[in-house]
Formats: sequence, C-alpha cells, structure tokens
Amino acid sequence: MISFERVTKRYPDGTVAVSSLSLEAPDGAITVLVGPSGCGKTTSLRMVNRLIEPTEGRILVNGVDARQQPAAELRRGIGYVIQQAGLFPHRTIVDNIATVPRLLGQSRSAARNRAFELMELVGLDKALAKRYPHQLSGGQQQRVGVARALAADPPVLLMDEPFSAVDPIVRKGLQEEFLRIQAAVAKTILFVTHDIDEAVKLGDKIAVLRQGGILAQFDTPDRLLAEPADEFVEQFLGTDRGIKRLTFYTANGLNLLGGPVVAADTEPAAAREAALSGGFPWLLVVDEQRRPLGWTNPEALSGSQPVGKTRLVSFGHVFRADTDSLRAALDSAVLSPTGWAVGVDAEGGVIGVVSQETIADAIRAAHATQAHVDVAVGDVEGEPAAEDAGPEDRSLEQAR
Amino acid sequence: MSVFDLPSYVQNDYLGLMGQQIEVSLGACAAGLAISLPIGQACARWRHAYPPVLVFVTILYSIPSIAMFVFLVAYTHLTETTVFIPLVIYSLAILVPGVVDGIRAVPPEVRIAADAMGFGPARRYLQVELPIATPTIMAAVRVAAVSSISLMSVGGVLGNLGGFGNLFTQGLRHFEIRLVWLGLFSLLALALAVDLALRALQRLLTPWSARRSVRA
Amino acid sequence: MILFHYFRVFFGEAQVQHGYDSIWHRLGEHCWYSLIALVCAAVIALPLAFLTGHTGRGDAPIAGLAAVGRAMPSLGLLVLLAVKMGLNFQAVLIPLVALAVPPILLNTHEGIRGVDTATVDAARGMGMTPLQILLRVEIPAALPLILNGLRSASVQIVATATIAAVVSFGGFGRYVLDGLYEYDYAQVAGGALLVALLSIAVLGLFGVLSRTLVSPGVRRRVQ
Repeated sequence: MISFERVTKRYPDGTVAVSSLSLEAPDGAITVLVGPSGCGKTTSLRMVNRLIEPTEGRILVNGVDARQQPAAELRRGIGYVIQQAGLFPHRTIVDNIATVPRLLGQSRSAARNRAFELMELVGLDKALAKRYPHQLSGGQQQRVGVARALAADPPVLLMDEPFSAVDPIVRKGLQEEFLRIQAAVAKTILFVTHDIDEAVKLGDKIAVLRQGGILAQFDTPDRLLAEPADEFVEQFLGTDRGIKRLTFYTANGLNLLGGPVVAADTEPAAAREAALSGGFPWLLVVDEQRRPLGWTNPEALSGSQPVGKTRLVSFGHVFRADTDSLRAALDSAVLSPTGWAVGVDAEGGVIGVVSQETIADAIRAAHATQAHVDVAVGDVEGEPAAEDAGPEDRSLEQAR
Repeated sequence: MSVFDLPSYVQNDYLGLMGQQIEVSLGACAAGLAISLPIGQACARWRHAYPPVLVFVTILYSIPSIAMFVFLVAYTHLTETTVFIPLVIYSLAILVPGVVDGIRAVPPEVRIAADAMGFGPARRYLQVELPIATPTIMAAVRVAAVSSISLMSVGGVLGNLGGFGNLFTQGLRHFEIRLVWLGLFSLLALALAVDLALRALQRLLTPWSARRSVRA
Repeated sequence: MILFHYFRVFFGEAQVQHGYDSIWHRLGEHCWYSLIALVCAAVIALPLAFLTGHTGRGDAPIAGLAAVGRAMPSLGLLVLLAVKMGLNFQAVLIPLVALAVPPILLNTHEGIRGVDTATVDAARGMGMTPLQILLRVEIPAALPLILNGLRSASVQIVATATIAAVVSFGGFGRYVLDGLYEYDYAQVAGGALLVALLSIAVLGLFGVLSRTLVSPGVRRRVQ
C-alpha cells in the first residue's frame, strides 16, 4: 500500500506543485493519478521513490516512511516505468531487463534467466534479446521498460504515462497486455496519465487532481463517472461519461434471441415462416460454423434460392456475449443498419441477437440495481464484500 | 621605444606582420568557406557522399601543419602560398561538417512549405535554407578562423611566413622573450577580435535568431 | 616527382636506419612522450569533465576554455616555456598537456551531457547511485564523443611534439628542423612524411579502439 499523508511540494520560487495530498493506493491494485497538465500528478509519483523530495507531509510505502531508507536502496525495491522508456542504449535488451537484479547482486546468468522469463511475460519474442534498443519499435521498447521494472519482482510499480508516446493502436494493445500482466502478478501500481479514457480503462481507483496539485476526487471509476464531485471533475470526465459508465456493466445477462438466426441453406419459404411466427423484422444468416454472414429482410425474400445466396445487409461488428460490456453491445446495435446487435462466443459463433430496445432496458435495470447496491454497501473501497451483494451483482462486474 | 618596435632581424614591422597574419589566415578561412559551401551542400543532398568526404578531410586535418607546409615547399617554394593552401585544407575539416550540419538544421517542413509557395530552387537556397543554416555555419566559421590564426604561426619555422608566429622563432633564436610575449598577446588579441567581429556579423545576418549564443 | 625523390634519398641513408638518429629511435621518442602527455591530459581532463557533464554545470567555462585552447599557438607556448624553463622535457610537456586538455574536456563534457535525460532518469529511478550512473550508463553511452576528444587530443599532441623540435625536442620533428638548418631537403621531406604517417596511424588506432570499445547500440552512424 502506498499512503500519501498531507504531502505538499513547494518550489523555491513559490509554485505549489502538490498541495496537501492525502490518499491511500490499495495493495495489488492499479491506482491512477489523472488530471490536466500542471496538476502535480507526475510530481506526486516521483515523490514516492524520492526522485523529488516532499516539502511537507510524508509518504509510506508498505507502512514504512520512504525517507527511512537511503534513496538508492528504496528505489531498487520499486519498479519505475517512464514515457520514453529510458532504456540504456549501450546494452542489449536482455541486459537492460537484467539491470536491477544485477544491481542487487545476482549473478549474470541468474539475472539473464529472469530477464528471459519476463520477456515472455510481457510478450516479447526471445529473438529480440540480443538486439539493442534503437533496433526496436516504440511499442517494443515500452514492453522492455515494463519488463525491466518487474525484473526484481518489486511489490510496487510506478508508471509515468508509459503508453502516451506510442500511436493509438499500439497503445490499445499495450493497455490490454498490461491488464493481463497485472492479473498475473498483482502488483501495487501507481499510474499517471492525462488521458481519462486510459484511467477509466485501467484504474481500480482513480484520483483526479486539479491544477496546483489539489485532489478533486478519489473513487472507483464507476462511481467517479456516476457522481463527479464538482464541475471540474465533470468537465474533465467529458460529455460522454454516461456511455463510458456502460463499460462497467457486463452484457452477460442480456437476453439474446436465437430465433432470428437462420442457416445459410434455409429455403426462403421456411425463412419467411420463421420470421412471421416469431415476429422478427430481420433474420441473421449464418454459415456452417454459425459465423454471421449478414442480415436479410424476410419480406423481400423471393424465388427459390436458399437465403445464403441472396443479397445480405452487413452486420457491422459483433460483441462477445459473455465477456463484453453493455457499451460494446450498444455500440454493435447502433452501428448495425438493422438496429440489432449480434452476440458471439469465443470462437466467433453466433449465440443470439438483441435489439437496441432490449439493451436500453438492460441499461435502465443496471442503473437501478447500482443505486440499490450503493445504498446497501455504503462507502467501501475496492471490491464490495461477497455477502453484501445480492443476485444482481452480475451486472456490477467490471467488464472491460 | 614602444613595445611594438621590432628589431631588424624580424625583417618586418608590427603592422606588416599583422597584415601578413590577417591576409593569409583569414583569407584561407574565406577560401575554405567558398569551397565548403558547395561541397557541404552536395554532401547534405547525397548522403552516401558524406562519410568518405568526412574521412578524407579528417585524415588531412590530422597531418601536422609543419608536414603540410614542407610538402608544399617542394612545389610552391618559400612563399605565402605554401602556408595558405594547408590552412585552407585545415579549415575544410571544420567548415564542411559545419555546412552540412547547418543545412541539415533546416526543418524539412520549411523546405516543403517554401516549395509549396512557389520558391524556385535557387531562391529557396538563398532566401530560406542558407539564412536558417547561417547560425550553425557561422559558429563553424568562428572556430575555423581562430584555428587558422593560431595554426599559421608554425609558418615561422619555415622562414618568415608565420605572421606573428615569426616573433616566436626569432624570439627563440635571439633569446628575446619580449618578442615571444608580444607574439602571444597579439595572436590572442587578434583571435578575440575576430571572434567578436564574426559574432557581430552573424547577428547582422540573422537578426531573427535567438539571443542565446550558439556553442562554438 | 621531386618529393618522391627526396623520400627515396632519405630512407636510403644509413644513418636513419640505425643508431641514435634512426627512424625507430625517433619514432619511439615521439610516441613515448606523446603517450605521457596524453595520459597526463586525460588524468586532468576526464575526471573534471565527468563531474561537469554529470552535474550539467560548467557549459560556459568549458566552451570558453575550448576557445582559448584553439586560439593558443603551440609554437608560442613551446618557445615561451623553453625560454623560461630551459630546453628540457618539462618545458615541452606543459604545452603538450595544456593544448590537449581542452578537446578532451569539451568532448567528454558534451558527451556526458548529451546522454538522453530519460535514460538517466530511468537509471536514477532504478536505484543507481550517482557514481553507478556515471560509470555504467553515462560513460558507455557517451563513449563515441569521449573517444573523439581523446583522438583530437592525440593528433594535437603528435603535431605539437613535432614542432617541439624547435626547442630541441627529438622525435620526427628533429628531421624536419635539422633538415631545414642543413638545407637537406631530403631529410625535411622524409621527416614530414613520417609525421604524416604517424598521425594517420593514430587515427587508425582510434578507429579500431572505437570499433572494439563502443557498444553496437551506441555506435553513431554518420548519416
């Protein structure tokens, strides 16, 4: 756990970068510091490993005041990842990753073995081990930076905008990899970003800071989006925070209809029959593996061709019925020319389809349940205790 | 008797020495610049030409001046040209990289914008690229000028071809330490004056550039 | 060509092949004293430049010192010290070292200063002490520029040691000076050629050094 106790940073010329910051970053979770430039988020982060010393207040890392130890020793127990990676240009990738273990006295072979393990963990091809940083892409360099920070297995990780310097596609991949890694290693992480979407996506708790290093709100992402503390936070969250909230509701409980799904080789007469009896305005045509091909209008069906051979309307994109959020489902429905979303399983086979209206009902229900749970559970940090949540807790699962 | 009165064995008076010094060393620097501008432009344009040119010029620069003077004496005998040509060659080692760096300092977006606005290649070179490259090039010119001034003094060993350097050889031969001090101060003062003059010239040529001085 | 004629005459002479005035002896003199001067200059300049480069202070004084070093005439310094101290080795060593310090100082300082701040920040954040950062990160990353400075200094020393023959120093400059006084142009040309070859050999040596010592990740590619 990382505790800030009324931490202040005042510079000689009078500027206050951080003002009486107090918060507790819980163990094994990702705490995100987010805010506009000048809000002191990077300064706060760098005070944890004493790259900057606080003027007032103190910081406790796992219960111990950071100033108890010599700074260099403290830092060897804390992983540090920065925006430009800061890899050593004169060392190979594997030697870069092995740096802290070597600093701590491990033998070169032991450190290198550990480095290889970590390369696998962060998804780097072993063939890159003997290369030099300048030969790697930006995304690869960032992965090396993360691997290097994890090498000595520190309990705490500090990350300063690690994914900001790469392009959006690479960034998305890195974010997802990062969540996967965290699920495996469960470190206590303090993560700085200026991007509220990244904060919502990655954070277990989010601290929103305003200019001058003042804490505006410290909450779980869901509650942050639901109840911003003031106008500043609301503006910072952006105008689509309602939609953003939907990422926290899983689509798992949605009632998907299998009726409108027909195989490609169905005869048009049979198809029309199915549509009439079910009252379906559209039919989804699938192939032998139940993969979606497109929508067809049953009333426009004529002739003797099986439905698969007729002109089909594009189905847009699908959502994973078991793991995706209501937001993904809604997006799929809105994008679809027919207004219906297609839910698939892990192999891409269609489970069922759902209309925008059904999704809207599900959203309303989720909001209502959330309000109940808020009242029942009160102000608990982290995951709600198992016995407090009723059968509705499925809707509250954080779906990313 | 003033400090600037020179004994007869120096075979020149103070102003004569100063004239020879300025004429040869700064003239060589100017000639070097005239040669470096096209070479540098070519190297900036054709990237693979640069490394061999750089290596060649570096090798020439490493050859001690006395050796170069001696090689030339065989052809140009004991004239000022014997000192002039090697000084030009030495200045190339400083000026060619300077010109190349200066031209490379022009942001590609600026070039593209100039083209898009309809600048022809010659006008673009003169009105856009060269002005932007000037601070870097001028920094190199300052280095080359100061180096030329001090390198020339070795010419005194050959004969009376070293400008103020003559004072060193004559001062040693006749054990007149006054001449040596005079030579040292004159050279350093001249170097300082030239450096300041070139800085002023640079500010004149590029009034738009930052006040912070370019590291020489 | 007349130069080649001179070379042939010179290298054919018996006296340059063995004995006191032989090429080998002169070569040894020239190299040995140059090496001493280089080591002295490095011992003075390197630690100082490490300090200023690592702390980031001293840009202006070092640039100023480099300018003075460039403006200082080597012949003048040599003559001045010879007149003051006599015709001995110390009188030559001081100018050799004094002229070699500025290039080493300037290049090393710039090299260390020029190491990417993100790299140094990462090294600090990982828990390296300042000395560890200097030795394990900054110096290896700055090595190309450091070697450049040492190379410039070496070339400067070889050239100045040649001129030092004016104040009775040995080495290859001896051939040039003696030849000038004796109007023996073969000797003059031969000496000049030897000096030129030695300088090129020094360049080559540093090229090899650079290839072996500098990490492939740092090697600068001249564009």
